[in-house]
Amino acid sequence: MTNEAIDYTQEPQITTIPVTSADIDVTIEAPLNRFPSRRWWIALGVTLSVLAFGLFAVTMIQLKGLGVAGFNQPVAWAFDVTNFVFWVGIGHAGTLISAILFLMRQRWRNAIARFAEAMTIFAVMCAGMFVTVTHLGRVWLMGYLFPYPNQHGLWINFNSPLVWDVFAVSTYFTVSFAFWYLGLIPDFGTLRDRAKYRYKKIIYSLLSLGWRFSNRHWTHYERLYLILAGFATPLVLSVHTIVSFDFAISILPGWHSTIFPPYFVAGAVFSGFAMVQNVLVLVRKMFKFEHIITIKHLENMNKVMLLTGSMVGYAYAMEFFMAWYSGSQFERFVFLNRALGPYAWAYWTMVSCNVIFVQGFWFKKIRTSVPVMFVIGILVNVGMWIERYVIIVTSLSRDFLPSSWGHFSPTLYDYGILSLGFGLFFTCVLLFVRFLPSVAMAELKSVVDGAQVKNH
Amino acid sequence: MMQNPLYSITALFDLPDEIIHAADKTSKAGYTRYDVHSPYPVHGMDHAMRLNTSKIGYFAFAFGLLGALCAVTFISWVTISDYPLVIGGKPFWSWPAFVPVSFEVTVLFASVLSTLAMIVLYFKFPNNAHPLHDTHYMKQVSSDKFGLSIQAEDPKFDEKLIKEFLKTIGGKEITSIYFEPEELSHGQKLFDLKFIGVLLVVALTVSASTYFTLNKLMYMQPFNWMMVQNKLKAQQASGLFRDGIGMRPPVEGTVARGFIPYAFKGKPEDAGTYLVDPLLPTKEVLDRGKSKYLTFCSPCHGNFARGDSRLQGQFPNPPTLHSDKVRSWPDGRIYHVITEGQNAMPSYTPQISPENRWAIINYIRVLQRAQNAKESDLK
Repeated sequence: MTNEAIDYTQEPQITTIPVTSADIDVTIEAPLNRFPSRRWWIALGVTLSVLAFGLFAVTMIQLKGLGVAGFNQPVAWAFDVTNFVFWVGIGHAGTLISAILFLMRQRWRNAIARFAEAMTIFAVMCAGMFVTVTHLGRVWLMGYLFPYPNQHGLWINFNSPLVWDVFAVSTYFTVSFAFWYLGLIPDFGTLRDRAKYRYKKIIYSLLSLGWRFSNRHWTHYERLYLILAGFATPLVLSVHTIVSFDFAISILPGWHSTIFPPYFVAGAVFSGFAMVQNVLVLVRKMFKFEHIITIKHLENMNKVMLLTGSMVGYAYAMEFFMAWYSGSQFERFVFLNRALGPYAWAYWTMVSCNVIFVQGFWFKKIRTSVPVMFVIGILVNVGMWIERYVIIVTSLSRDFLPSSWGHFSPTLYDYGILSLGFGLFFTCVLLFVRFLPSVAMAELKSVVDGAQVKNH
Repeated sequence: MMQNPLYSITALFDLPDEIIHAADKTSKAGYTRYDVHSPYPVHGMDHAMRLNTSKIGYFAFAFGLLGALCAVTFISWVTISDYPLVIGGKPFWSWPAFVPVSFEVTVLFASVLSTLAMIVLYFKFPNNAHPLHDTHYMKQVSSDKFGLSIQAEDPKFDEKLIKEFLKTIGGKEITSIYFEPEELSHGQKLFDLKFIGVLLVVALTVSASTYFTLNKLMYMQPFNWMMVQNKLKAQQASGLFRDGIGMRPPVEGTVARGFIPYAFKGKPEDAGTYLVDPLLPTKEVLDRGKSKYLTFCSPCHGNFARGDSRLQGQFPNPPTLHSDKVRSWPDGRIYHVITEGQNAMPSYTPQISPENRWAIINYIRVLQRAQNAKESDLK
């Protein structure tokens, strides 16, 4: 291997062993036709229990008020906004894989794009739920988030980053859903033609919108797919930029910083790739997709994590430098307080998980070892969750006047909110892998060996 | 089966190279109403089929423009004309703040509407029926084969010739596809009664459930809009106290903040002796005294304290304040009259704060001195 010259004119294989289109159909459809295994039921039981605990916490918050959780002045943004930012970030990896890598003609992304897009949709659902249900406190006033003609004659404040957020997240969800559904149409067509039961056939017929693999349709379809990828790319960058505006446009020390938009986007991609990698490691093992979602895919994702993790590490260092360089005593204090104050444990967990451990991916051995990368992926997710916690809680708990300082400590209901997100997300993922093709069959068929004409 | 009209003649191919060549030859042979079916888009097929570039991009551009226009117009109307609010001291039309929302709405319109346009215009939604569905041919091309189908409506259509032509270009499993009766009316069914009925049912369900949620459900328990709270409001009963009254009087001897009880009730002479004007006759004090005097005192005592009431006899006129008696009173004695009242004059305790009473007294002294100026004052 080492002595062989690599032929760079040949694109690398997508799959480890040669597969035909028919193989792909059989492999990808298999989980949809089998009765779920015991492991799947146990996993679903666990995620549903976690979700139920979350629903209990949210119900109590709605009945009793936000005070049952640890929210209070000065830290009124603790767990729910942390979770919101975390889940929006998770979603970004999906769009990056499906849109940005598509525009860059990275063919390997076809094998994991469907799964990543599905994760985007579930993650944005979770994120939306955190701001509309838990953070509002009174969920029935949710309508005020949107501009609608009302008896007060009042409109929403278009100067507020929180309103930009409403538009960004809802647009992101809608466009991601359209993109995802567009990709699913040909696969629904295939499933319709392979369906053995009448009810399945009816469902897939309705979902496939009369798709018949006509090239007169493919030509429009491909063009629209390209256009949507083109729209989704600036969209995904705008979404986390706007999320970071929620912080950067306020004047709180530690938040009021121009580095926030790029720093947040890099962090979002970082945590999103960690989550996609973690879930794909499990799915490829569970459904025997190892030859389709290859070690090469995982390695590529680890490389992206190494890059974005180092960008995040650079941002951490630059924040400290700017705090010193600004000459503002409040900025300086906030960053010293992060590293040495009451939340120092969180700060140093964040730094080690996000910057230090991920450096292991410089080594090919670590990059290609499934158990090691799985552990690092989990650590990255923990680190990125804590990063948002550190940003929100340390800045809010000690701002300007020492007399208005406070300390946040989570209650049972805060952990309930936390589990609500994970419960909903993983329940959706489990249902997704059983009911929809988790690899884009048509897209994968178009890039396997021999799928396209040579020298046309 | 045979009574149904013919839709097309189909042939299957195994490899992408074969189908590209087949499509190319079909185009060269002059057929126009034919289609190629493949499980995934094969590169170079558009050229082989002589297809033009898709026009969907123009739709996306138009819809994006529409979205941008809608967002900018709406935000401008809201912030400039319908409900202008000063936010952070910025101009009403502070356009940089409108960029994020306008961008998002542009992307939303462009993406969603062009997807819908493709589905409705090119996929002929909601018309799901097509003669090719449910055929062996479709089941092959949806998996791993490539198909070519020449339609009966082609001007050069001849069943025999085409079957031979397909064989010469390498097609396998050449079959004829016939219309099912319900598929004969292919074409746009967007304005079909059935489809409009479905839309109506969906619209009715959505509006009914929205109405119920927003106007009924939201006013049922536990959504009490914070009307039910664990506190006692004024006039409410409470079982906590023996008298059953929720409102409690202050504890005896309580002195409210800022309201020191008057110590000289019914003792005008003592008030004159012991009370001392705490204010200096500065310009501010005299201005305040003038303003309060004109508000509270002048209706009866007159603008210059001459006892010439402005009330035109609706109320008994008080005596002038320029008499020797009042001029010789100490300040505390006048304070007592304002506080307690005298003869027909009521107490002004509720209306005038102690400090303002002293300011009025200072002003009365000014008026008195103006009316009885000494020789030295004129110099």
